[in-house]
Amino acid sequence: MNLSDLMQLLFIFVISAFLGVELIGKVPSLLHTPLMSGTNAISGITIVAAIEICAVQDTGTVGMILSFLALIFATINVVGGYMVTNRMLKMFKKKDKEAK
Amino acid sequence: MTVDLREILISLAYIVASVLFILGIKRMGKTETATGGNLMSCIAMILAVVATFCKKTVAATWTTDWIMNGYLWCAIAIIAGGVIGIIWAKKVQMTGMPQLVALLNGFGGLASLLVAVSQGWNINHKLEAGNMVTNISVVLTVIIGAITFTGSVIAWAKLDGKISSKAVIFKGRFVISALLLIIAIAGSVLFAIDPEGLVGLIGLLAATAASLILGVAVVIPIGGGDMPVIISLLNALSGLAGAMAGFIISNTVLIVAGCLVGTSGIVLSLVMCKAMNRSIKNLLFSGFGASAAKAKGSGEHIEPKSISVDSAYMVLEAARSVVIIPGYGMAVAQAQHSVKELVNKLEANGAEVVFAIHPVAGRMPGHMNVLLAEADISYDQLKTMEEVNPLMPTFDVAMVIGANDVVNPAASSDQSSPIYGMPIINADQARNVFVLKRGAGRGFSGIENELFIRNNTSMIYGDAKATLTALAKEFNAD
Repeated sequence: MNLSDLMQLLFIFVISAFLGVELIGKVPSLLHTPLMSGTNAISGITIVAAIEICAVQDTGTVGMILSFLALIFATINVVGGYMVTNRMLKMFKKKDKEAK
Repeated sequence: MTVDLREILISLAYIVASVLFILGIKRMGKTETATGGNLMSCIAMILAVVATFCKKTVAATWTTDWIMNGYLWCAIAIIAGGVIGIIWAKKVQMTGMPQLVALLNGFGGLASLLVAVSQGWNINHKLEAGNMVTNISVVLTVIIGAITFTGSVIAWAKLDGKISSKAVIFKGRFVISALLLIIAIAGSVLFAIDPEGLVGLIGLLAATAASLILGVAVVIPIGGGDMPVIISLLNALSGLAGAMAGFIISNTVLIVAGCLVGTSGIVLSLVMCKAMNRSIKNLLFSGFGASAAKAKGSGEHIEPKSISVDSAYMVLEAARSVVIIPGYGMAVAQAQHSVKELVNKLEANGAEVVFAIHPVAGRMPGHMNVLLAEADISYDQLKTMEEVNPLMPTFDVAMVIGANDVVNPAASSDQSSPIYGMPIINADQARNVFVLKRGAGRGFSGIENELFIRNNTSMIYGDAKATLTALAKEFNAD
């Protein structure tokens, strides 16, 4: 990676940070738990790095074993995170109150 | 410039995935669209994964020699992780949600850590030619990922009752933490200077070990009531670790998604801190127990008055408006369904019932809302502290279920109180206050709650679930 690549990535990083602040600040406290578990699933995006690394390494090397484990843990994070968030969100219901 | 269609399509897929992540998070801000938002970010993840499998470097690993086939190993790992994830997500009870989120979060950190160590270890198989930028990304991912992992595991153990949730304060913890940080940085420098040699490898491993221990040292002194902040903070770190891993392999979607999670966690931590009137620095560097100990035994002790379920029923039966203030105790007693039972009776009796939820009630942000939603309580009845406080004097009954510090009037009146300045729900302003409590003990912070000895307050001792069920039964008896 050369310096201009790094600068581009840094640019993306900083812009995403500001975008994140804008997005999250608007979420009501009612939804903080699903938000947290949903973003937690997103943090499993490292699954992409694990795939890239796991696939290209020779079977049996230390690097391959480590990235294989990384891929397992990242998948647990992603799959568990999305499913549990979905389960929680399905529970948030607004009941039609019969007119009082 | 040669045009490589495959790389262009993959880059486009990453852009689409990033946009879907952003829209998904945006949609999670409204109850009506939240489920769709989560689905959207799930699709983004699948898209990113599929695109990665199409990469030239990855595709080159397809061979008929199965044992060497990269796809085979990836498939095994994904199926194994997927099955575990599905089982956990299906099995977990809503009261156990903070634990699960902490643990999953730790796994995200661990995955980033392993990716970085694997990259640092197997220098010959690096995807990128090793240079200073990559090396620094590796060590940063190692440090952040390791702290996230062990910190989250400790948080999980505390929440799950595997270890005491009390703040464990030990002498010299700042010195130890500082030493560990120095070792981690020194190891990182060694690795950055000599990434391909033995010295660098030792440096990398030393940095990993020191950061793992540092994660424990930082979270161990945090008490149960401060967990909402620390979970948010760990969430932020796991995102940052992902973003740093993105720098290692120059992957934009990792940076965007990781960074969004990082800022989301930080914003939530700040919201939680504000709700406790504490700074993050204060929370991390001064255990709560230290200041609370001083407050103990100050002032004369007045025994709060307690009443029976029968007499509480008389008041509730006549009440036209009731506000329920839940706390962690409701989660512990798994009382949310009994609460719903009582709410049904009260509403059938013509009373208006709302819930006042303090931002830090429970063990993670929004914990109470999820529990009450599970019990089928309509979310428009779940009000924030700011919404309810101005109306508090109009309520006939305020019912505090397993909450303590968040309704302690000392927070606004007693300057010597350790929680002075923390915004509270002004339960004491309601006409009658019922406090459901297991026993005559103190709350998490260990301080006396003067709400309990107010004239309009009555304690109902006993298991919250049993008490609520008994109250609901009284309505049946009519």
